[in-house]
Amino acid sequence: MLCDRAIEIKGLSYVYPDGQCGLKDIDLTIYCGESVALIGPNGAGKSTLLLHLNGILRNSHSAVRMLGLPVDDKNIREVRKKVGMVFQDPEDQLFSLNVFEDVAFGPVNMGFSEEEVDRRVKQALQKVGMRDYEKRSSHHLSIGEKKRIAIATVLSLDPEILALDEPTSSLDPRGKWALIKLLSDLPVTRIIATHDLEMVRCLCNRTVLLDSGRIVADGMTGVILGDEALLSAHGLARDATAAEI
Amino acid sequence: MDSFVHRLDPRTKLLCSLAFILAVVLTPAGTWKAYAVYLLIMLGLILLSRLPIKYVAKRSLVIFPFVIMVAIFMPFFKQGQEAVSYDIGAWHIAITYEGLAVLINVVVKSWLCILCLIILSSSTKFEKLLHGMYRLKVPQVFVQITSFMYRYMFVLADQAMRMQMARDSRNFGLNRRNIFKTMGNMIGMLFIRSYERAERIYAAMLSRGYNGEIIVRDQLGFRLPDAYFALALCLLLACPAILWW
Repeated sequence: MLCDRAIEIKGLSYVYPDGQCGLKDIDLTIYCGESVALIGPNGAGKSTLLLHLNGILRNSHSAVRMLGLPVDDKNIREVRKKVGMVFQDPEDQLFSLNVFEDVAFGPVNMGFSEEEVDRRVKQALQKVGMRDYEKRSSHHLSIGEKKRIAIATVLSLDPEILALDEPTSSLDPRGKWALIKLLSDLPVTRIIATHDLEMVRCLCNRTVLLDSGRIVADGMTGVILGDEALLSAHGLARDATAAEI
Repeated sequence: MDSFVHRLDPRTKLLCSLAFILAVVLTPAGTWKAYAVYLLIMLGLILLSRLPIKYVAKRSLVIFPFVIMVAIFMPFFKQGQEAVSYDIGAWHIAITYEGLAVLINVVVKSWLCILCLIILSSSTKFEKLLHGMYRLKVPQVFVQITSFMYRYMFVLADQAMRMQMARDSRNFGLNRRNIFKTMGNMIGMLFIRSYERAERIYAAMLSRGYNGEIIVRDQLGFRLPDAYFALALCLLLACPAILWW
């Protein structure tokens, strides 16, 4: 398959049910193999944008194409298989009674055979370094373990694109760096919504800055994170009110 | 823990429990010999399942407040020979022997039933129980709601506890009216949070190919011991009917 454009968004706008503007005229193309950070202050629309990538939120005229496929009813299954979505709170992602069932949920829904499901679950757990956790119940895991399992739940579908929402939030530094290492070892196209700029520096070659539902800047991570004025104008660095601290 | 009873197919255990409860409920009031047989069956099962008797007995006490709440007025309203009576003004309050008999019957029957349910729930993992219900064609919605309830009960309790802590740390001797008000707010807040969580969980399910049907991999096996067990139990349950009527 021709796969140079992993994500193609043209003129995407979204209004929340309560009338609040979520996204406004988003144009964004991400190429295969890229690792893109989506940064911006709280409420900028990062999560909303991610939810469009696999059609959880959808615009009437499909402005989003994933790996060349327009995100519509016809392609939704294929798209969801190729786009692994990891939600911010692993408690939402891990809804089954044990780890195995959670990781197997995707493959089972996709109709793989039992052996294939087993193989995929084992492989996915292996990739996140949680091989022996199959029978554990999700509730009793630590937050770092939950985050890893949450990633395994989408890896079991062998996604080509990984969309992560705040993967490092509420992790301690050790857990955070372990997760960054884990993510950097996965050979997939990544789009990561976050305000953890430390992780962005390590993981992402490109950074898109979002504020109030619009793309404000898009460029090399080094350039954007080096622009102190830009960051503080959009709530991502210390601004004048905190200058003397 | 592991025992013969633990290893039985959950379907066998569910159906046998149902049969036992039906037998107990359908036994005519006052047939004490039949109750004794039922109790012996339960004791036998407790021994067979190697559950500590103390543990079962302690847990079975939970039922009493409910039963007593429901049945405490029986002795007063049932017509019959008076055991004790009081005259308070124009009121004539009497406790009848027939009423007392009904109360005792209700208490004994519910206690027998709860014993059975405790053995069932203590000897079967919750996942297996759900799996069994699913295989017995209990409506999927019901099985799924039960599964989510079990999975998120602790998350919800956690949340409630944190809210309570936050409330208590700002609580400077509230009067009773205000306590009820904050409690109402907390319950409302918990509901909204659960509602929002449900939406996020649903999004996470959709993202992994959920299309309205939970597919459960079959790991249950109805084996010969299950058949023997079910047969033996049914015979024992029929004993009182055969012997004394």
